[in-house]
Amino acid sequence: MSQSSQATAVSTQQDKEPPAAAGAAKGKLAIYWAASCGGCEISILGIHEKILEVDKAFDIVLFPCGADGKVRDVEKMPDKSIDLCLFNGGIRTSENEYMARLLRAKSKVLIAFGSCASEGCIPGLANACSRQDIFKTNYHDSPSLDNPEGVEPQTETQVPEGKLHLPEFYDTLRTLDQTVEVDYYLPGCPPESDRIWEALVAVLEGKLPPKGSVIGAASTVCDTCKRKRTEKKITAFKRTWEIIPDEEACLLEQGLVCCGPATRAGCGGLCPQVNSPCIGCYGPPDGAPDFGARLMSALASVIDSNDPAECDRIIREGIPDAIGTFYRFSLAGSLLRRTAKVAN
Amino acid sequence: MSDTFEPKIVGFLCNWCSYRAADLAGISRAKHAPNVRIIRTMCSGRVDPAFVFKALSMGADGVMIAGCHPGECHYIEQNYKTIRRYAMLKHALRQFGVEEDRVRLIWASAAEGQQLADAINQFVADVKKLGPLNWPGHWQDAQDHTAALEAIAHEHAETMEVPV
Repeated sequence: MSQSSQATAVSTQQDKEPPAAAGAAKGKLAIYWAASCGGCEISILGIHEKILEVDKAFDIVLFPCGADGKVRDVEKMPDKSIDLCLFNGGIRTSENEYMARLLRAKSKVLIAFGSCASEGCIPGLANACSRQDIFKTNYHDSPSLDNPEGVEPQTETQVPEGKLHLPEFYDTLRTLDQTVEVDYYLPGCPPESDRIWEALVAVLEGKLPPKGSVIGAASTVCDTCKRKRTEKKITAFKRTWEIIPDEEACLLEQGLVCCGPATRAGCGGLCPQVNSPCIGCYGPPDGAPDFGARLMSALASVIDSNDPAECDRIIREGIPDAIGTFYRFSLAGSLLRRTAKVAN
Repeated sequence: MSDTFEPKIVGFLCNWCSYRAADLAGISRAKHAPNVRIIRTMCSGRVDPAFVFKALSMGADGVMIAGCHPGECHYIEQNYKTIRRYAMLKHALRQFGVEEDRVRLIWASAAEGQQLADAINQFVADVKKLGPLNWPGHWQDAQDHTAALEAIAHEHAETMEVPV
């Protein structure tokens, strides 16, 4: 009790008490990670003492990173008996897909939580190469490797004690909604803790947007950026190490590839605040089906040349890695999803 | 490539020049390949790279963008933005592994019906040489994972049961 009163004491005025906390039957909450880094979990715990409010409202039935709770118990639960599932991570292996299907069946509301589940994020950049390429690098070519026999992971291995199994490694990483039906999206790498809290309050108060929506702002990072904007006309794209940017002027006007115009607001413009260009972790804003396309459009329109050859030179020299620049967080969730597979 | 392959091509034509050129080609009975599905946009500058990606991801074998000649844009200078966007788009498509000849930008004024018909014929012939794109085939897994998924469920039931 003392803990929760302390929590109320430090809450700011904006923080609303979730109504379900007051005596109503507790809901069930699952938090799962698939192909991800664990940053989403840290961000969930970043709501600090408000986690106690979450605990008041929900029984946590599965949260591999933060609490006990067994997959086997979830398998035995009736369908739709979990009220809310926050699913982070992309679908890289058969185990990821199995858990996505399981949690979809058991959950009333499934939220694609964070960039990996929503659009593939950094693990999704592996869609620029094939499964064979990944195995070759990881198990044969990596300089820090000690694998003289060239062992690769097998889905089935016979040992004296019996058969051991590993999940199948998919050729193309999929997002959660390319695998199962998703109810809502919470973008960000990771989602900001304040946005997570707002989403949880929205769930508990039943004030959710229409199904299929992103829970959060509709506008762009540029809208929340305080830098001075004048006319955008650039003759060269600069890498971050090439210049020390002016602290006040728009970063894109200084030639840096800032993803602000193509990125959903929600972070509060954290990177531009510390003189670093936006890298687009919050995904595209409402109405943009493809992050890279939106960014390409925005960047192309500021190039100060009308000569095709000159435009081509500026782009090639300034943006050597198109996919890494335009799709750093969204390759798997983009319209093209991956690069062309070359027959091996 | 088999001779029977007829490429599906999506063409984004601007309202003021290229679409009228297409009209003129029709009125003057200029013959051209029927493979291009024409979508009229107000300006070639309206063609978001997402339109091109969407067409390719839904099974188009090629995409053509057509606008007014540079300097003759109905919206003064929007087709210069098209030039830059097209350069940016090609830069990305190269890395995706989409062949150079599958996406093409051409200019056709309202008087150039025949030129547009010729450009369409040339484009269709070039895409025919490349063969089908079938982009969704790149992300569809050749392997069926149903057995692997069922195996996980069986294994959980057999090995994860905690005795009470």
